Amino acid sequence: MTLDLSLPTAHDDSKAPGKTSKWLAAVPLAFLSFTVGIPLIIIFVYSFLARPSMGVGVIWKLDLTHYVKIFVQDKLDGTRSFDTRYLKVIWNSFFYSGLTTVGTMVLAIPVALWIATRDPRKRILLVFLVTLPFWTSILIRTYAIRQLLDEKGVLGKIATTLGFSDNFQILYTPTSTIIGLVYTFLPFMILPIYASAERFDFRFAEAGFDLGARKMTVLFRIVLPQIAPGIIAGIALVFIPGLGSFLQPDMLGGGKTNMIANVVANNYGQARNWPFGSALSVLLCLITLLATLMISLAARKRKEAKV
Amino acid sequence: MNLLKRGPSTRLVNLRNFPFFSVISYFVLFVLYAPLVLVIFYSFNMNRTAQIWTGFSTRWYTDVFTNTNVVRALKNSLIVASAATILSTALAIAAALGLLRMGRRGSTFAIGLLGAPLIIPEIVSAVGTLGFFLFVGIPLGHIGLIVAHTAFCVPFAMLPIRARLVSLDRSSFEAAADLGANEWKIFTRVTLPLLAPGIMAGALLAFAISLDDFITSFFIAGPGSTTLPVYIFGMIRSNVTPAINALSTLLLLVSGLTLILSYTLSLERPKTGSST
Repeated sequence: MTLDLSLPTAHDDSKAPGKTSKWLAAVPLAFLSFTVGIPLIIIFVYSFLARPSMGVGVIWKLDLTHYVKIFVQDKLDGTRSFDTRYLKVIWNSFFYSGLTTVGTMVLAIPVALWIATRDPRKRILLVFLVTLPFWTSILIRTYAIRQLLDEKGVLGKIATTLGFSDNFQILYTPTSTIIGLVYTFLPFMILPIYASAERFDFRFAEAGFDLGARKMTVLFRIVLPQIAPGIIAGIALVFIPGLGSFLQPDMLGGGKTNMIANVVANNYGQARNWPFGSALSVLLCLITLLATLMISLAARKRKEAKV
Repeated sequence: MNLLKRGPSTRLVNLRNFPFFSVISYFVLFVLYAPLVLVIFYSFNMNRTAQIWTGFSTRWYTDVFTNTNVVRALKNSLIVASAATILSTALAIAAALGLLRMGRRGSTFAIGLLGAPLIIPEIVSAVGTLGFFLFVGIPLGHIGLIVAHTAFCVPFAMLPIRARLVSLDRSSFEAAADLGANEWKIFTRVTLPLLAPGIMAGALLAFAISLDDFITSFFIAGPGSTTLPVYIFGMIRSNVTPAINALSTLLLLVSGLTLILSYTLSLERPKTGSST
């Protein structure tokens, strides 16, 4: 996956601006390997340590049962049984993030194409309008959705007035979590697709029309293949962070739609089981890594197939 | 792809009229803003129940500003965001300049590391940082918050700085070097002034990101260093008063203005002629 950070690097090193040394980057790189790397190592180590009998933290004793506990439950009578609770949570993470990816894609493709076919000046404004919510606090956006979906809220009133239902209950259901996730991640999907669409020469599409293709044929046979890199980038930007969602299932799902991050947070909070929380964190990292690899592999395959 | 160069006045008649595209787009833009507008609207509601409109009032704003907990949280947020902005912007400048001189392999690795905070799930880095602080014995407070915020602000601060750097005309640097300026002089007299809009845009982005952060702060803010989003989350949990709407409106306003400023600055193009 290529991040937005990867702008073209300078080719002519000798004349690079300011004649700076590459060692300048050593300070920020050292800082980040420290602040990003060490917490990851800590999580990894903690996931193999034992839990103190009281209080938070870990005790330095090897304990490999946390990973087993994700799948197996120790019953009070000493027997063990297969446990599906956490598998359900893992499944939720994939399912909700996947649905969010599909939902944002369906909305984002028309929006991105629509913006890309406006006048250049209008485009700048529209891109800004799409970008702005993307930078504002996820907490407040999630709270705003919560207020909107509340049974006593605006939507509820409209539903009652129109006679759709007497008890409008979306909040604290999986639907509510997905609405919140789609709302949060929409700009992440629109922007990369727009970036691709903006580079697309729409005269190819016009040529398609002139040659008698129907609009849908032009869309699916000419336009979509050309903006596919943007769509793949969008999938990466929605699906991968989507897997680690915490606030939307917490505030909108009402605890009924727990994803991995919620269980991690709970184990580092009320449940006070840091080693188990760490094991789940390691799992979340592995899933994220796997998803990243799969998507970048798909992107590369597409590129090779094209060449 | 550019065999057919698009003329400036090409009419895109057919695709402009693609069925439903404009309807969907207007709908999406409406949906993106409607919940936020509703928050702002209800923040001026007189009624104690946020959802029942009984009249215009600014009482919740008075409420918010006279609440010492809110004021303290706001102060904490501003301290952390300002410090994290300064540190992350400085680091981002160094990283952006250093990257220019790196080989392909080195810069791929560096970009991967600099972008890592964006890929690693925030919940994982948050609990990891909590574990790290407790392990080393760093007390949960402002310092820890600033360090953690700085880390995830670096990639955001770097975006506009790098964009600006690549668009700069190199002849200015060559001229300065030919006229005998040393490296430090080139840096302070040429590089920094030319980069200024990018640096400002990056700093503003970092500020907005730090100010709005919830998950990291939630785990590593100590009792005395609660930030505004963490405080708001607590309010939402305990389901109190429409003051949440007033606070949210204020936070939206501050980050909104910061972002508009950042965006305007990053749109500004360098005035010198085109590069290469």
